[in-house]
Amino acid sequence: MAMPYSEKVMDHFNNPRNVGELEGADATGTVGNAKCGDIMQVFLKVEDNIIEDVSFKTFGCGAAIATSSMATELIKGKTLEEALKVTNKSVMESLDGLPPAKVHCSILAEEAIHAAINDYMVKNTGEGLPGYECTDCNACGHH
Amino acid sequence: MPKQIYLDHNATTYVDPAVVDAMLPYFTEKFANPSSPYSIGQDVSEELNSARESVGKLLHAKNGKIIFTGGGSESDNLAIRGYARANKSKGNHIITTQIEHHAVLHTCELLEKEGFEVTYLPVSENGLVCIKELKAAIQENTILVTIMYANNETGVIQPIADVVKIAHDHNVVVHTDAVQIVGKKEIDIDALGIDLLSFSAHKFYGPKGVGGLFVKKGIRINPIIQGGGQEFKLRAGTENTAGIIGLAKALEVSLKNWKQEWNNGKELRDLLETELLKTIPSSQLNGHPDKRLANTLNITVQYIEGESMLLMLNMKGILASSGSACTSGSLDPSHVLLAMGMPHEDAHGSLRFSLGKRTTKEDIEKVIEVLPPIVQRLREMSPLWDGKKGA
Repeated sequence: MAMPYSEKVMDHFNNPRNVGELEGADATGTVGNAKCGDIMQVFLKVEDNIIEDVSFKTFGCGAAIATSSMATELIKGKTLEEALKVTNKSVMESLDGLPPAKVHCSILAEEAIHAAINDYMVKNTGEGLPGYECTDCNACGHH
Repeated sequence: MPKQIYLDHNATTYVDPAVVDAMLPYFTEKFANPSSPYSIGQDVSEELNSARESVGKLLHAKNGKIIFTGGGSESDNLAIRGYARANKSKGNHIITTQIEHHAVLHTCELLEKEGFEVTYLPVSENGLVCIKELKAAIQENTILVTIMYANNETGVIQPIADVVKIAHDHNVVVHTDAVQIVGKKEIDIDALGIDLLSFSAHKFYGPKGVGGLFVKKGIRINPIIQGGGQEFKLRAGTENTAGIIGLAKALEVSLKNWKQEWNNGKELRDLLETELLKTIPSSQLNGHPDKRLANTLNITVQYIEGESMLLMLNMKGILASSGSACTSGSLDPSHVLLAMGMPHEDAHGSLRFSLGKRTTKEDIEKVIEVLPPIVQRLREMSPLWDGKKGA
């Protein structure tokens, strides 16, 4: 059955990993907005600088759900520094690509990870990620 | 693969087998160019004209002629650009609505660049144009009103007879994009008094790539394609003979039992509508409940997004459409739903089911069974739904 998405995207869409709210999460990050049609929320549990557990909730299209799912897989068990190196490109590559119109979903996934880690840093060190800027000002509710 | 339940007939229909049969000879033995003087060319030319006569009769269009075109979009372009450019000396103001098909909207935008002035009328929450607002929008320099007959997304049917009356009272010509209604319902062009009317074969079980434009006697339009003198010098290019024969046959077949098909469609559509709105919390009907095509259901399912619903429906063999940005190919969701005052986030969660003559009660029952759990599953993933639980 031909679909606009790769098999991997469809797999993550149909069987999303790490979906739902994470009980006792240490940090959350929310990006996107309902007006644009996608919101991603990432929950983190961090211990000794390592992402022990992660989950997501997403309002959005198939690609938004799949990129959220893949992003959580890519950062699970990683140090915060390693997780920050996960980019939209690595999310896309892990999903065997996205249609051009859906690249923004992978960017949103990267931003969601950054937002969650920034939230963790603020809560634990009193300071956010150096140079962290909320990239979607309408969206994140920080402004 | 599960059985395919096609509920996207407003996008396009399959071609009726009787239509295919009627078309086939025009690819092989009746291949001749109707402009050729030898007998097989003239035979095709005569058959083309019979098709034209048949279409004119079925649409009750004695008071004008049918121009065959390459489809609904071309008909809209020809009507609006063709009329505006040919009648520039009379004025430069055009009135349309915010809910038109892009074939109309983008044509009007193009004319704005050429110095025309365009008023885009708003619609009410139920998708209807207000006749009073139309009246108020008519100016001294208004030359054309172009308002769609039935909307492709919501199925809402505009009060075209009233539109014509108001416009003609002010000596303004009326075009209507009737692509979604022709073939679904009997239209009496002469009685309505419409000046220009667009239609398209693939919306009523005919082939793609062929449509028509009715042009009333005395209405002058310029061609938009330059070339030979076909179609009363209004549409150059060798005629799509198989397509035109197919269009005529499709219209005949569709209108033969249109009342019965309308009623069957309505019964099934109403069942789908009632059950979905009952079983899915935070869902609503989009568009006027009665002034609507019998085959069309447009609903909003709040807190989730349309494309993800379509993908999951697709996995179950159900094929429908959505007004979400993800399916429109742009960043904004459906301009029709936004014009009806719907917030962006709700428009992203819209679903359209458009039924056809092969749709069965079993098909509808399948959707009623399958959609609510899909909605629940997606809502469980949605950060928007969380706060609404038990609300």
